[in-house]
Amino acid sequence: MFDEMSGTGDEIRAPYARVSKWIEDAGVALLQKRSEEAEAIFRRIGITFAVYGEGGDPERLIPFDLIPRVFAAQEWAVLDRGIRQRARALNAFLYDVYHRGEILRAGIVPEKLVYQNAAFVPAMMGVEPPGRVYSHIVGIDIVRTGPTGFQVLEDNCRTPSGVSYMLENREIMMRMFPSLFAGGAVQPVDAYPDHLLKTLREVAPPACNDEPNIVLLTPGSFNSAYYEHSFLADLMGISLVEPRDLFIDNGLVWMRTTHGPQRVDVIYRRIDDDFIDPLAFRPDSLLGVPGLFDVYRAGGVTLCSAPGAGVADDKSIYIYTPDMIRFYLGEKPILDNVPTFRCADSDECAHVLDNIDELVVKEVHGSGGYGMLIGPKATAEECTAYSERIRKNPSEFIAQPTLALSTVPSLGPTGIGARHVDLRPYCLVGREMRLVPGGLTRVALREGSLVVNSSQGGGVKDTWVLSE
Amino acid sequence: MSLKIRHVTRYSYEPAALQAGLRMKLFPQVTEAQNVPVWSVTVNDDEVRPLHVDGAGDAVSLWMSHAATEEIEIVAEGEVATADQAGVLKGLHEAARPAVYLRSTEATKANEAIRDLAAEIEGEDTLQRMHALSALIHKVIDYRPGVTEATTTAAEAVALGSGVCQDQTHVFLAAARVMDIPARYVVGYLDDPDSDAPSDMTHAWAEAHVKGLGWVGFDVTNQLCPTDLYVRLCSGLDAADAAPIRGTVLGDTEETMDVEIAVARSAGQSQTQQ
Amino acid sequence: MGAERMSGRILLSRTAESLYWLNRYIDRADSTARLIEMGNRMAMLPGAYSQQEWRSVARASGCLDLFEDPEGITEAAIVRILLLDKDNPSSIRACLENARANAKSARTSLTMAMWDALNDGWRKLELMDVAAVQRDLQGVLDWVKSRTAMIRGSSTSTMLRDDGYLFLGLGGHIERADMTLRLLDVKSYVLLPETEVVGGGRDHHQWTSVLYATSAVRAYNHIYRSDYSPGKIAGFLILNKQFPRSLLFSYSKIVRCLDRLAESHGSRHACNETAEKMRSDLQRLQVDEIFRQGLPEFVAETIGTTHRLGAEISEAYHF
Repeated sequence: MFDEMSGTGDEIRAPYARVSKWIEDAGVALLQKRSEEAEAIFRRIGITFAVYGEGGDPERLIPFDLIPRVFAAQEWAVLDRGIRQRARALNAFLYDVYHRGEILRAGIVPEKLVYQNAAFVPAMMGVEPPGRVYSHIVGIDIVRTGPTGFQVLEDNCRTPSGVSYMLENREIMMRMFPSLFAGGAVQPVDAYPDHLLKTLREVAPPACNDEPNIVLLTPGSFNSAYYEHSFLADLMGISLVEPRDLFIDNGLVWMRTTHGPQRVDVIYRRIDDDFIDPLAFRPDSLLGVPGLFDVYRAGGVTLCSAPGAGVADDKSIYIYTPDMIRFYLGEKPILDNVPTFRCADSDECAHVLDNIDELVVKEVHGSGGYGMLIGPKATAEECTAYSERIRKNPSEFIAQPTLALSTVPSLGPTGIGARHVDLRPYCLVGREMRLVPGGLTRVALREGSLVVNSSQGGGVKDTWVLSE
Repeated sequence: MSLKIRHVTRYSYEPAALQAGLRMKLFPQVTEAQNVPVWSVTVNDDEVRPLHVDGAGDAVSLWMSHAATEEIEIVAEGEVATADQAGVLKGLHEAARPAVYLRSTEATKANEAIRDLAAEIEGEDTLQRMHALSALIHKVIDYRPGVTEATTTAAEAVALGSGVCQDQTHVFLAAARVMDIPARYVVGYLDDPDSDAPSDMTHAWAEAHVKGLGWVGFDVTNQLCPTDLYVRLCSGLDAADAAPIRGTVLGDTEETMDVEIAVARSAGQSQTQQ
Repeated sequence: MGAERMSGRILLSRTAESLYWLNRYIDRADSTARLIEMGNRMAMLPGAYSQQEWRSVARASGCLDLFEDPEGITEAAIVRILLLDKDNPSSIRACLENARANAKSARTSLTMAMWDALNDGWRKLELMDVAAVQRDLQGVLDWVKSRTAMIRGSSTSTMLRDDGYLFLGLGGHIERADMTLRLLDVKSYVLLPETEVVGGGRDHHQWTSVLYATSAVRAYNHIYRSDYSPGKIAGFLILNKQFPRSLLFSYSKIVRCLDRLAESHGSRHACNETAEKMRSDLQRLQVDEIFRQGLPEFVAETIGTTHRLGAEISEAYHF
């Protein structure tokens, strides 16, 4: 087990020197008191997160852990290159599968896996998105298993959420513990909204020959990520619109304002593909803007992300990402994948069923940590029941070995203990690629737990990348 | 052959819809089997133009009403010069790769019965197998209007043993895809030599992708490959995807629809492209 | 569609609507608290006004239909329906919830201070039942008044004076005009000129109750030194230039907000004319004249004009 502060022994690793001293000086009792203050601030400004299907408080807070997670500049340099490489390959893959399908013809990725994928949108065939970008915000979930071992757990090409926590966590830490940041020891992340706005501006549609009007499209204030939507719109100074604020006329998108209709050029949408346009996709969608997809296809507006971008982050496609990097970029993958068994393959499925108590099994189309089995933590009955589900529908499942995820010291009610973490950086893709040093660290707050999803009791930490 | 077509669709709303939107694929495209010298589409007398050409090569247009709407009248009309190409589709500019049409939909999902149908088809040659499949489905699904609905799936139609051209085509698509042959749903107009009366629906047939030939049409209902009596309008993965008109309205309202399609041979036969 | 591209911040119609309603709900919660306070006070007086007063309170709030027994309204029923009923859109609880929902929808147009004020303690009433409120009715009403004052104060002291602020202001002033009118409507029968009162003079408690309901007793006394008469009271509530809940005061503010919106949008609408005419009428009117044409008729007509004005505003600004 690798602890990011103490390594495998008792020696404090260099990047954590500052944090370690801070913990020592402050003491657990004081940190716990400050932790309550931090929570009060979060509650007051309204950063909350609703969890689907759990009932209870619809405006629950994601627990914030005061103790930062730290990367040295050299460690980040590797991650930075690896993340950009991956984001480039994923977008190249998306362009390819919606056009000539070279990687499919070359037999590297099975055609079926792409064209028959639920996340593949046939209506996107032949679309030329500005800059050939499909996924403008690529969230890549990374885990660490040792001093140099980083592995990608999954990619998020649609609308990865959580970036508001990255920004707010830093804001709160700087407000509460200014001395920790003295001398510019930590690289700032606050350029993110500016970078995002530049990215969105760069992908203005061909029909826009002026300063583009950019909006953020939210399903509405009842949505679990609404706080993030309003937060980002606010920081970028763009309008936060709901579907009913938009309409189509004359082959263009307009928003209803007190000044009458205003043209809309770029839509950063936080609504799923199926729901954006009842005329092109699900006819029963009440969240959509009728005609939006066709205006997009005709070049009248840009949708970020492009419909159908999800086919690149599907769990069944994930295993081919290293191949994409080699195929499109001619490069060696900088970040490895976690070894993955596809139950669709009968040999691999047999292996999974034989070793289910040692593996993590996931639904191919699931997300948010729902519907997965963590073999080593599951009872024999749970394993048997899950095996039954796999046998019924093998192609719906993949499995991975349980990784020895790294831990970071975290503050709990009984003191400080090592807790497992992962990392989600947000790579922005426009005509240029932008990545702020850092990301969202999610932490499994229950001792021994490996599930970091906020919907499953995970918390968040400030993530530091140290200056050179 | 030169065919004159007039395709009128009327929607009425009671009470008036607060807003209405239409997405139309009502523009026959030029292929080696058809030329379109004259064509226009109007909605409530306003001319509507194509906004873009989609991945399947069909021109798409939109029409929006942001005010109260009681009636919408869509008129697509013009002249199409056709040539018999033995059902082979050539010259259509489309971006979608054939393998996309192996994708199954709600309406074309295969079940045991459909897999059994597919298994009955023997032989190596794809073209012959598709002809055989068409004949088999014609036998298994009786053409009988009024038994099925717009939402009836291929599996349901097989269970019923009857249906209309939509159902026969859906079963064809489901079975062809089981056989790993890309297949799609085509909507168009048919000049019925036996009847002069206007019809109240468009015709539907299937296209299967045959290596070496490309897309080939199979009209299961009439046991033909499309001839110069056929005008190809648009296509999709199933009937819903291929629908020439999709609409959405806002408001609690009752919709009634009325369709009238007239296809006639024009007096002066014009020469067609070969 | 020849709309030009706007530079700078553009206000979505939905946001304008949310801000407008946000403040209407806040003011309604405040007014309703004051109404209940008045009823509570009357119920404590000797004599049998209690049920009659609760009935006036129910009528003025526009919720009489919701009471099972409109003739025998009790304090408990008032608390249940006007304070706690989540399904009655005019209850204080619903007003605060709706205000917050509107604030959430217009979140990017609010300052942090305003959001704080709105967000803090908004669930207090959700957690109370009738008995709990009755144990400390005045305390709960005071809480509502101070909460709404805090929200109003935070907007005044922190918000940019842009279009959004004007829509917020419009909502507040229209709601206030509306509430004063409804109160006059309910109470017009006690405000008849003395000479016309059949059966002699009424108790002055009846008249002053109207002042209590608008928290105007002190202000009134500053001007009239306890000289209570229906003419003076009606005149004060309708025509006083300085009292912030009078009709003239509210309409003067409405006209200012609408003028400035017309300026920033570069065009005037029907709502500008309606408000302007109403204000100049009020400036010209004397209370005697109102009584001559009949107070109930004047009130009914003005309620109609105020509703029309609301519709004209939403028409002009596309919401």
